[in-house]
Amino acid sequence: MGQIEVQNVRKVYRRDRFEVPVLDGLTLSVDGGEFVALMGPSGSGKTTLLNLIGGIDQPTSGSITVDGVNTAQLKSGDLSKWRARNVGFIFQLYNLMPVLTAEENVALPLLLVKGMSGKERKERARHALGIVGLGERLDHYPRQLSGGQEQRVAIARAIVTDPKLILADEPTGDLDRSSADEILGLLEKLNAEFKKTIVMVTHDPHAAEKAHRLVHLEKGVLSANGATA
Amino acid sequence: MELLPLVWTNLMRNKLRTILTTLSVFVALFLFVLLHGITDTLTASTQVASERRLVTRNKISLVFPLPMSQYEKIKAVPGVSAVSWSNWFGGQDPVDSRGFFAQFAVDAKTYFPLYASDIEIAQASPAPAGTPVPPGVDPKLAAFMNQRDACVVGEKLLLKRGWKLGQTIHLNGTIYPGSWPYVIRAVYRPKIKALDAETMFFHWDYLYEKSNRQAQVGIFIFSLADPSQAATIGKRVDAMFENSSNATHTETERAFQAGFVSMFGNIPFVIQVIGLAVAFSIFLVAAVTMMMAIRERTNEFAVLKTLGFGDGSVFLMVLAEAGAITLTGGLAGSLLAKFLLERTGLMVPGFSTMIVRWDTVLLGIGVAVLMGAFSGLLPAWQASRLKIVDALRKVG
Amino acid sequence: MAIPLSYNVRSVLGRPWATLATAFGIGMVVAILVLALALANGFQAALVATGSPDNAIVLRKGADSELSSGVSREAANIIRSNPEVATGPEGRPLVSPEVLVLINQERKHGQGPSNVTIRGVDREGLALRDDIKIYEGRDVASGASELLVGKRIADRFEGFGLGQQVNLNQRLFTVVGHFTAGGSGFESEVWGENAVLMPVLRGDVFQSVTFRLKDPARFAALKKELESDPRLGVQLKRERDYYSDLAGPLATSMRVIGILIVLIMAVGALFAAMNTMFASIGSRSREIATMLTLGFGPGALMLAFLVESMLIALLGGVIGCLLALPVNGTATSTTNFSTFSEIAFAFQITPTILGIGMLFALMLGFVGGLLPAWKASRQPLAAAMRAM
Repeated sequence: MGQIEVQNVRKVYRRDRFEVPVLDGLTLSVDGGEFVALMGPSGSGKTTLLNLIGGIDQPTSGSITVDGVNTAQLKSGDLSKWRARNVGFIFQLYNLMPVLTAEENVALPLLLVKGMSGKERKERARHALGIVGLGERLDHYPRQLSGGQEQRVAIARAIVTDPKLILADEPTGDLDRSSADEILGLLEKLNAEFKKTIVMVTHDPHAAEKAHRLVHLEKGVLSANGATA
Repeated sequence: MELLPLVWTNLMRNKLRTILTTLSVFVALFLFVLLHGITDTLTASTQVASERRLVTRNKISLVFPLPMSQYEKIKAVPGVSAVSWSNWFGGQDPVDSRGFFAQFAVDAKTYFPLYASDIEIAQASPAPAGTPVPPGVDPKLAAFMNQRDACVVGEKLLLKRGWKLGQTIHLNGTIYPGSWPYVIRAVYRPKIKALDAETMFFHWDYLYEKSNRQAQVGIFIFSLADPSQAATIGKRVDAMFENSSNATHTETERAFQAGFVSMFGNIPFVIQVIGLAVAFSIFLVAAVTMMMAIRERTNEFAVLKTLGFGDGSVFLMVLAEAGAITLTGGLAGSLLAKFLLERTGLMVPGFSTMIVRWDTVLLGIGVAVLMGAFSGLLPAWQASRLKIVDALRKVG
Repeated sequence: MAIPLSYNVRSVLGRPWATLATAFGIGMVVAILVLALALANGFQAALVATGSPDNAIVLRKGADSELSSGVSREAANIIRSNPEVATGPEGRPLVSPEVLVLINQERKHGQGPSNVTIRGVDREGLALRDDIKIYEGRDVASGASELLVGKRIADRFEGFGLGQQVNLNQRLFTVVGHFTAGGSGFESEVWGENAVLMPVLRGDVFQSVTFRLKDPARFAALKKELESDPRLGVQLKRERDYYSDLAGPLATSMRVIGILIVLIMAVGALFAAMNTMFASIGSRSREIATMLTLGFGPGALMLAFLVESMLIALLGGVIGCLLALPVNGTATSTTNFSTFSEIAFAFQITPTILGIGMLFALMLGFVGGLLPAWKASRQPLAAAMRAM
């Protein structure tokens, strides 16, 4: 569950008349249940790789297989559906809907699941918020929450559909030390208790410590491959 | 002035927004000037009408005729130089009964000299050389003068109806029943823009005979040796007929024309109010849009200030942006309205072709500038007062 | 599958100034549309209501209105004796040969002069028109130099108050009563007795003959009979058709001008609405990208923003209707150049007209939101993500 195979992936962006190769023949394997940290200097393509794995973008060439499904070949409509069912995203800037409450934000992905009643959605959202420890903040708006709390709501949203993958892009980038540690603790729990495969892009050495494995990117290719403590 | 390229770049940064805002300003001003044009046209028709000529009608209303016997009496009043008369015919063209145009039966030998400076003859049927015309009448009208069922039509009317010089046309009389044939012997063109070119004139004698001598006079028109005597002489004429069974009402031609304009009542005023309301509401939206656009760029202004641009420069820059949009839109809208309205040859029926005065166009542009100032001032002031530190902190 | 409505509603509420300004702009267009339709409606209503479906009017052949018509006494008598003419309760035929002239009078409040219709009627004249009600004063006494003035003229012109005198060709007539006529065109007329008016004004010729049809279904046959009678030289029309035909040109002009103005305004409002939507969507590109990431399809996004645009427009529609309503019932007047006389009428807003206004608002919202919504749905995910 959550086995990722990245095979010889190239991603080229076109900027006006220029072609910029961001990833250049990258191959990577992630086992189901692994917690991987992607690190590297800015411009190295970490976020691009994350986006490709998550089906937000598609490679120029190569294949990306998650549990046997080659997402590189899915049409955009199918890709959306696959994404909704299989991936949970966490962003540096949280990306919550400012006009929706915490509960409504968490329930949002459930609207894409067929056959769920409003009541069921509410229960699932509350449950997810309970897991991240925000059970009493259901009807707060994002502007009424601290940065750390917002990120927790975002995490709840990421897990509410029970996806196989959790992809995090600099989840602690905007947080102070203690909030960052709380978030990292949560991610650890999700990986250990709920067996979620986590791929996390980060600059934070503390964050890197929590991961099973570190992957370094430089100029679109892997440079080192090693496990941490 | 060095700021101008920067202003341009800022405007081009979000082309879509700039274009849309300019377009909405354009439309608002277009409509504003268009509606004002209607009022302009009605006013112009009174300006054109003369203060040198007076019109005498039946005191009760235009609907009542005047007896021919009044002609000699009016002529005899000291200060009156020439007198003519005309009758409204009110016929319909059976070929196209919906299109309206005016027809007048006039005493040609005295009528055309009265209006010699206002119209010119564009086309005329030829007459044998040496055919005499009455004094003051354009010699080109010789053929017309010597044929009892001849008529003179306006250039535009000829074009609209597809008529030709020398053609015989028929009109159905409504007041004077029956089918009336006429031969087109001349085509006139007005020398003044506000005068219309869609009227038809024919001989009053023709009307008199064919109506079994029933026709009387519609209005008398006369000119004065000294136009400053208009009021006095007018009163004198009316006093002459006051106690007769056909009391008269005499006024300058301009006042007479103004009477027709006032028949429209409130409508011109209503139209102007609409124009103003429309311009205002669309401007409101454009203004809010511009304000929002500028507020989103506090970051840029802060950066400009760090580079060394002073508060005054930033203020002018923002104002210039708002001004550029409203001025462009306003200019284009006002000018297009004038151009379009005057080109299409639309008429206010019975008056003249549409006119838009230049000072209305200027008014439109002025309104646009005002709106530019209104929508640009507040954000310009805010941008200029921005403290660099606060603005840069707001990033992300 | 769909993005929750609450998202759009709350987004709209979260941008109060922009929303209100756009809604107001759309509201103005709707208000003008409603008022233009109401004006034409009021005008048409005034003239269509004029005349009874059971009455017919006789004019001279070829005349386009009473003003240019002339019917002789002999012709009037021939018509009076026609068996198709209905008789009244006292056994007299319900016929009113009438004279019509215009007099030039000053409007109130210095608005300048205009032409007022004076109608000389026979005794049966009032009985023929069902809606006539004298609300002030009394009817004209037979043989007296007196006038009955329609409400719209009394309200809008100088010199027609009760007891005031009108000079008609050296004879002074006293205004003895004011009447209403069910809002019809007759309220813009001044009535007097034929026998008294004719010698003063026009002499021996009538302008028209109006009578009640004994059997309205036999109109076509009667028309043929009268129009082919060589002694008469007349045309026959249903009274209602005659007046509504006179209203036609002016009502059409009003509608045309009104719709033209509204169309131009609508274009302006459209640009403004589009602009606002683009701005509002532009500032939410991260939210849009997030929703696309979560798996909402571009179709759902496009629909959501279309709905948002239409919500704002709906608000605008309501504002527009509210702006227009106070004007309802306001009277105005102008000269109907078909009759060359003053016709007063009032704005008449109906539920249908309000409905048209709301529909128009929604349409503006839809068209104005189309491009921005489509652009939002086409937002390239990855590009927006990189900006994050």
